[in-house]
Order: sequence, then C-alpha cells, then structure tokens
Amino acid sequence: MKLSDVKMILKAEVISGDDKLDIEVKGGAASDLMSDLLNKSKEGALLLTGLTSIHAINTAVIGGMVAVVFVRGKKPDKAIVSHARKHKMPVLSTRFNMYQSCGRLYGKGLKSIEWNS
Amino acid sequence: MEIIKEFKIQAKDFIHAGEGSMEIRNTLKSAGLEADLIQRASICAYEAEMNVVMHGGNGIISMSLDETGLVIEVMDDGPGIDDINLALTEGYTTAGVEVQQMGFGAGMGLPNIVRNSDIFNIYSQKGKGAHLKMRFRIKK
Repeated sequence: MKLSDVKMILKAEVISGDDKLDIEVKGGAASDLMSDLLNKSKEGALLLTGLTSIHAINTAVIGGMVAVVFVRGKKPDKAIVSHARKHKMPVLSTRFNMYQSCGRLYGKGLKSIEWNS
Repeated sequence: MEIIKEFKIQAKDFIHAGEGSMEIRNTLKSAGLEADLIQRASICAYEAEMNVVMHGGNGIISMSLDETGLVIEVMDDGPGIDDINLALTEGYTTAGVEVQQMGFGAGMGLPNIVRNSDIFNIYSQKGKGAHLKMRFRIKK
C-alpha cells in the first residue's frame, strides 16, 4: 500500500514528508525497542513506535524503512522533526495506540515485513 | 579504488550518536553497493556506535571499502567488557535506565552485529575499552 493509505487508515496527521505520500510501503514493523527492530534489514517497512526519540528516526534510516508513525497521539519535538527532514524520513502521528494501529493496517493487508505473513 | 572514512564518537552524546553510521550508510549507497549489504553494514555500524555512546567511552568508527570487501571497525576507551560470551547472549545488558528509555540497552546490540556481519571479531578487556571488527563480503 502507499503511505497515503496508511495516513487514511490510521487517520494520521502528517508531521513531515507531505510530498512523499505516494511512497510504497512493503510491510510493517512495530516496537519501542530499537534494537529489536535492528535484528535485520527492514527495507521498505513502515515503523510504528511510541518512542519519540531521535533514535526512532535513526533506526528507520539505518534499517532502510520508509516512514515513521508515532502512535498514541505522540508528537516529536522540533529537533526530531528537523532531523527527520534532514534524512528525508516522513513522519506521521496517529491517535490510535500501537495495538489498534497494527490491527488496522494488518486488516487492510499490510503484513509484517519480517515474516511476510 | 579504496574508500576510507573515519568519525569520532563522543561518550554519552545521544544527540549526535549515529551520525558516523549514517555517513557510512551514505558512502556505501554512493558506492553503489547492493541494498542488503548496505542494510546489514549500517545496522552493525549503528549498534556498535550506540554501544560506545551508551557505555561511556570515547571512540572512533571507521570504514574501509575496496573490491575485496568492506571492513567497519569501532574502537573505544570505555569500560571494556568483562565477559564477552555473556555480552554476546541475547537479552544480556549492563545498560542503565537512561539508555533503555531511548530504546536501546535491550541486550540485542552485539547479537545483532553477529547476525548481520559476515565475519565479526571482538577484542576487549575490562578497563581497557573495546575493539570491534566487522567484515562484509562483496558479491561479484
């Protein structure tokens, strides 16, 4: 699905990367533990996290992920947003919690990037 | 042609932590390496760099790339590792709460490096810092 579909399904606000909503999202990954995400490549994945740290952005870049969605209505501060812009990483925020966010996306066909199921 | 890069790592500087790894990632991308190798090498570089920052050492992260392969090395003057086998065990950590609040210190750093590198060597002694060497083969 496209990032614009993710935005719609999660009723998300686009914090940065308005111009990148046509990016293809190949699968999902969700965690507040960055090292759990870095077990292997997450090329093309959407990252769902409640961790509003600069390292959520870094982890997405390093892991080859295409966008970051902050769950539970969390919003990153200005420094994190400008860091994301610098690295051309789109950032969204949704009011849904992690469980709801994953469920909504999975139900619409966005599978786990890792197991592809 | 050989490409060599080197970046400083500052103890407890969580704001700039990862910048060296990001630069290495950009360099590998510009060199036109395959995506899987770039991902694996970036993960190893980032985890190793975060380890130095988290455990309070100053250090250096370097890469050298030529037609025979890619080598990423991280050296620091931090507290060193008491028991390397234990440190390589998934879930084992000595990181503090501050680090865990940033999504690290879950005891996955070194196991992630082992998983994503082709050859991994680690040299460390308590009180004498650590030296990590990660090698990656380049498919012809």
